[in-house]
Amino acid sequence: MRVSVQEEAFELGIEAEGFAQANNSAGAIVTFTGIVRDAPQGGLVAMEIEHYPGMTSKALNEIAQTAMERWSLADTLVIHRYGRLAPGAQIMMVATAARHRKDAFEAAEYLMDYLKSRAPFWKKEILNDGATDWVAAKDTDEDALTRW
Amino acid sequence: MEVLYFAWVRERIGLPRERVETSAVTVADLVAELCAREDRYAAAFADLSAIRVALDQELSDFDAPLRGVREVAFFPPMTGG
Repeated sequence: MRVSVQEEAFELGIEAEGFAQANNSAGAIVTFTGIVRDAPQGGLVAMEIEHYPGMTSKALNEIAQTAMERWSLADTLVIHRYGRLAPGAQIMMVATAARHRKDAFEAAEYLMDYLKSRAPFWKKEILNDGATDWVAAKDTDEDALTRW
Repeated sequence: MEVLYFAWVRERIGLPRERVETSAVTVADLVAELCAREDRYAAAFADLSAIRVALDQELSDFDAPLRGVREVAFFPPMTGG
C-alpha cells in the first residue's frame, strides 16, 4: 500500500506499469485517474488545489487501509496532487490489485467516494476573466458514502 | 490552541492560522467567541451547515469538547478526487 500527496506531476503510464509489475500475481488491476476539466461555463485557466498538510496523508492512509481490510486486495496505490494545475492535467490516481476484478473495482470506487468527501482537499477554479470559484461539494458525493 | 482555516473560510477570515487563547468548552463555544470578535469571523461562520471542523486532524463536530485539543481546523466540505 502506498499513499503519496505531492505537488509534482506523476506519469500515469509509469505508475500503472510499476504497480502492475509489483502485483503481477494478483490477477486483476484497476486504475482510475482524475483529470482537471474545464469549468461548467468554460474558460478555465487553472485549478488550484489546497490541502491540509497535517491531515491529508493521515486521512488518505486511513481510507486506503480500510479498503485493504474490507476487500481482498493485494495492494493499493493512491496519488493525489495539490497546487496549481492546468486544464487536462492529472489530479490524482488510485490503483487496486486483487485476485478477482470485483474486489479491485469495488475497492477503487470506495477509494474514490471517500477521497471525494473525506480527504481534506479544496479546489478553486481560476477563470480567464479573472474570476475565481471554489468548487462546491455535491450532496450526491456525500450520499455516495452511504452505500458503503 | 492553534486554529486553522482553509479554502473560502481562510479567505473570509483573512488568515490561514492563528493562536487563540480560549476557555471555550466546545467547538460551538469557540465559534461564538470568534464571531463576537470581528465581523469577518461572523461572515465566515454565518452558515455552520457549510462548515466542517477537525480536532487534532480528525473530523469532528460542533458539539465536541475542546479539552486537551491542540489544533482546531475549520473548512468547507472537502472536494478531493
